Amino acid sequence: MNSINGEKMEDTYKSIIQVDDLSLWYGQNQALHNVCMDIGEGRITALIGPSGCGKSTFLKTLNRMNDLVQGVRIQGTVSFEGQDIYSPQTDVSELRRRIGMVFQKPNPFPMSIYDNVAYGPRTHGTKAKARLDEIVESSLRASAIWDEVKDRLKSNALGLSGGQQQRLCIARALAVRPKVLLMDEPTSALDPISTSRIEELALQLKNDYSIVIVTHNMQQAVRISDDTAFFLLGELVEFGDTERMFSQPTDKRTEDYITGRFG
Amino acid sequence: MRSRFDEQLSSLNSALIEMGALCEEVIDIVTKSLADGNRHLAKKVAPLDCEIDRMERSIESMCLKLLLHQQPVARDLRMISSALKMITDMERIGDQAEDIAEIIGFLDRDAGMRGTSLQRMGEAASGMVAQSVEAYVGKDLDLARSVVSQDDIVDSLFIEVKKELIGEVASNPDEGEYILDLLMIAKYFERIGDHAVNIAQWVVFSVTGEHEEE
Repeated sequence: MNSINGEKMEDTYKSIIQVDDLSLWYGQNQALHNVCMDIGEGRITALIGPSGCGKSTFLKTLNRMNDLVQGVRIQGTVSFEGQDIYSPQTDVSELRRRIGMVFQKPNPFPMSIYDNVAYGPRTHGTKAKARLDEIVESSLRASAIWDEVKDRLKSNALGLSGGQQQRLCIARALAVRPKVLLMDEPTSALDPISTSRIEELALQLKNDYSIVIVTHNMQQAVRISDDTAFFLLGELVEFGDTERMFSQPTDKRTEDYITGRFG
Repeated sequence: MRSRFDEQLSSLNSALIEMGALCEEVIDIVTKSLADGNRHLAKKVAPLDCEIDRMERSIESMCLKLLLHQQPVARDLRMISSALKMITDMERIGDQAEDIAEIIGFLDRDAGMRGTSLQRMGEAASGMVAQSVEAYVGKDLDLARSVVSQDDIVDSLFIEVKKELIGEVASNPDEGEYILDLLMIAKYFERIGDHAVNIAQWVVFSVTGEHEEE
């Protein structure tokens, strides 16, 4: 929030993903109701809400991960850089390269640290060893794990600690040069030190990437996000500047949820 | 849900009400002492001021504990941070009442100010403090805003007191020291009014999340 002569001004920002009137059904069950949201470029957007409120479902609509779910039906539009990602022309694998995802539980492949990071670029056609070396190093550096693994790039990734594995997964997502990173509760399985490393990392990454993060930890949303979206029963109840949302929420349901008086 | 937290917030409220009542009491004592010309009465203020100081520490530690344990947000955060600011103003009110009591103790004669603007100033300041605390308890924006506007009444009474005292100096030049003491008392009442305004402004912030400047 900026302030000029005591007048409050909402931050203005460029959006990278525009969601318009998005509804989603799993079979007969409607999981998202007419969601509209502009996700800011170079910003961290936190999605909060009680379990089952639709926040993870919403996150997955942003790079079509829900396509993999049987019986899913989607209405409305999600535009990424001006293109409707649900149009038949969309190359889904290219879309997921540009909008990467990091999951709740670190899921490194059972291969070496190096190969984990090189996997994506290789699949997308990068073969030259020098180029791959460069990508692996820069991705591991950007994920703040290079210094811890540079001497054992050939070791199996499964030997890393949980926090290191999660940073490796972030490096793997970064290796294909995405524009947006979707993070689904990326620290819920980590100890406090690894959690703060990931949070620090997210804050550094937002200089180059836009981040959307689902979190159950409201203090985490306050600490790292620029904007917060509160979901309840598949509905986007309130969306806006994080600081404002946590000091003066406008909707009573938001207030009740964030102050722990929900229900 | 969060019933323990709600209980803690309600004890914080009770403590603030109690501290506010003490502030009101000390102002009433010095005002009555001046009106009745009863210097002895003002001696009651010192122990009450100590109690106000003690309450400031205790409420402050309550607030810090709540911040640490509950990590409050939204209205809870505003309420606790406002409480932290309000007690500073209340503590100053206690000190200023004690300053007035001290001056009363040194006056070279009993004042007997019944019916004067000085007495009205004391009453107005006490009313503002009472109402600002009441506004906090009832989250009453109208009452809080009314306290803010009542500051003008105290300010104009201060000007009246000054005029009256200037008249006194002219007619009783030997009473200079006594008259200056009364002027200082009036100034302390005026400052107490300002602190009541601060409290009322924190009430507005606590309810709305916005600061309203005068």
